[in-house]
Amino acid sequence: MFESLTDKLELTFKKLRGQGKITEKNIDDALREVRLALLEADVHIGVVKNFLESVKTKSLGQEVLQSLTPEQQFIKIVRDELINLLGGEYRELDLKTAPPAVIMLVGLQGSGKTTTLAKLAQHLRKDKKRKPYLVPADIYRPAAIDQLKILGGELELPVHDSDPAVSPVVLCQQALDEAKRRFCDVLLIDTAGRLHIDEELMQELSSIKTAVRPHQILFVADAMTGQDAVNQAIGFDGKLGLTGIILTKLDGDARGGAALSIRQMVGKPILFSGVGEKLDAFEPFYPDRLASRILGMGDVLSLIDKVQQNVEQKEAVRLQQAFQKQQFTLEEFQLQLQQIKKMGSVGSLLELIPGAKKLASQVDTEKAEQEMKRVEAIINSMTLEERRNPAILNGRRRLRIAQGSGTTVTDVNRLMKQFMEMKKMMQRVSKLGVRSLFSRMPNPFH
Amino acid sequence: MEGSSFFSRLKSGLTKSRENWAQKMGAIFQNRHWDEESLDAMEENLIAADLGPKATQKLIDLLRRQSPGGAEDLAQEMSSRLQQAMVEVLQASTTPPKTLPLSVRPWVIVFLGVNGVGKTTTIAKLAAQYRSAGKKVLLVAADTFRAAAIEQLEAWAKRVGVDVIKHRAGADPSAVVYDGIQAAKSRGIDVLLIDTAGRLHTKVHLIEELKKIRRVISREQPDAPHETLLVLDATTGQNGLQQARVFKEATDISGIVLTKLDGTAKGGVIVSIQEELRVPVRYVGVGEDVEDLQPFDASQFVRALFEK
Repeated sequence: MFESLTDKLELTFKKLRGQGKITEKNIDDALREVRLALLEADVHIGVVKNFLESVKTKSLGQEVLQSLTPEQQFIKIVRDELINLLGGEYRELDLKTAPPAVIMLVGLQGSGKTTTLAKLAQHLRKDKKRKPYLVPADIYRPAAIDQLKILGGELELPVHDSDPAVSPVVLCQQALDEAKRRFCDVLLIDTAGRLHIDEELMQELSSIKTAVRPHQILFVADAMTGQDAVNQAIGFDGKLGLTGIILTKLDGDARGGAALSIRQMVGKPILFSGVGEKLDAFEPFYPDRLASRILGMGDVLSLIDKVQQNVEQKEAVRLQQAFQKQQFTLEEFQLQLQQIKKMGSVGSLLELIPGAKKLASQVDTEKAEQEMKRVEAIINSMTLEERRNPAILNGRRRLRIAQGSGTTVTDVNRLMKQFMEMKKMMQRVSKLGVRSLFSRMPNPFH
Repeated sequence: MEGSSFFSRLKSGLTKSRENWAQKMGAIFQNRHWDEESLDAMEENLIAADLGPKATQKLIDLLRRQSPGGAEDLAQEMSSRLQQAMVEVLQASTTPPKTLPLSVRPWVIVFLGVNGVGKTTTIAKLAAQYRSAGKKVLLVAADTFRAAAIEQLEAWAKRVGVDVIKHRAGADPSAVVYDGIQAAKSRGIDVLLIDTAGRLHTKVHLIEELKKIRRVISREQPDAPHETLLVLDATTGQNGLQQARVFKEATDISGIVLTKLDGTAKGGVIVSIQEELRVPVRYVGVGEDVEDLQPFDASQFVRALFEK
């Protein structure tokens, strides 16, 4: 949807080619683009202003590094500053206290508290070897207690049998006693969703806090929240004193600027992000990834992670050697396709690549998947010799391959043409480095 | 439409958020001239209301082009021009809400939206309103995915005093919808309200599921669904536009319900949505009570925002 910030900045900085320094004069246009990107991402207007100020100060007079273009250097400054403000390094949830460690989740209606609580419980059990006890304390929303009981049942975790007729404060106290009796070392309290300006319900949260003295009060924030995130965070922090933030619904396409606003306003770490409806769709929060996302630069790091996870080392080395020796054959191509398949759907991968997001919306990804299958079928129908030395593919061989793969000779011919183009590109890439691959890659799926 | 009651509810619902925002807006015009500085300040305030940079820019450009009209009270004039411009955008697409139609039976309304926007609560309120207007209402629990979603709708139905058609959790939503329509026909139901699972608009298979639900409805009743309402949380930022885009493309939404306006959020993203997609806002939710769900009126909405 968005024209990537990188592209826009490239245009902005085109004018300054040849100038060695970032100066007051040449930076203003660039800052305007950054401002627009941040506002599109729902970063609070006040936060944006401060941010631009500090980026400006940091950029002025900087020598442009030899290896970077001015826009690259500027983006680096912007991104570094954003990461810095989002909390720098990843931080762990602190549970160091006399057990049971009480964790309270608070937030607006619909931000995802109940689901998040189940996910957090699962994470604490699986990755931290804790014994969580879940407490539904939302007696207002119809069936909220049932919801947590069902989720707890799925996870086979104990859920407090909350009685909706009992006040949430008493409920939490009873649950705390019960947790101690069961030797559970984490008590997770799901509170009722409420508006931060609802005095009565905020008072109730305050009383729960006094009664069970939570070690952590985590604010569950919807990544799609707009400018109001600031009011919400201040409202909850002012009344309760938050200790951390969990960002939910990051599996959508919201750019999540609210996170920066909240982080700036309450100064508490963002600890986790919710990335799907399944109970294991829960990750530590990575400031660098969100920074790229806010700037609309794609989630490069996630992509790199995915690639690292899925490309087996040996095959990767083999491929690299093939690139270098410029002996890219259909055999290699086949391996490559298999690895791409392992990483996920074409659409989801394209979305992670900066600048390719637009491509993802244009490409009919389903068609692309089918096309990939067809390509694979064609290659599979070749003999090993044909894969290694495509030059021997004459008309008869092509017809056999087409019949074997359920395609037509035209399909086979087209693949061969694409393959030759790709081979040419690979040779260029091996000279220029992988980075230029993205910018030069023709869209192979149409 | 009882305009005054809508306005006062909206106003009281918006009170807390209004104070701050309307005051700031008012302060901009205080002792200021029609200059770039005031325009900048106004721009910031509009962005703070979630109108988004693009829609804001358009409004500001519009104001910039209009030279001062020579009125005594410059501040008042700027403010009213801005309000007028906003109303124009919001009104452009506002066809009167399709309230209590009687020609067709059952009148089928599908509710959809991302997770946690208040679909079920909205359905409950609307069901209560139709019921007290003497209509026979039936609910369909087509959110078979989220834990306890069916129970939540049932609890509401009990309070409101209407029936729910449901299957077990995990069942095919289209099958529940099919049963709902059959039941509505045989029971002589006036209004059939269908609750669907919250889904992010980026999940292709879930959007496909909505299309299927829609196909089932139109197959069973050719002119239905009569309304497909996208429920949108007023705290949503610029992503709301993207939600509206995708849902409109996939299921041809006929209107928007803007919920949770009783917080400090202004729901300004509806301005961007109107401008780009021309999908009218049908209802706004400004509180917990049944009467807090009201048909939308553009000029009163804008007036309530600005009124000090």
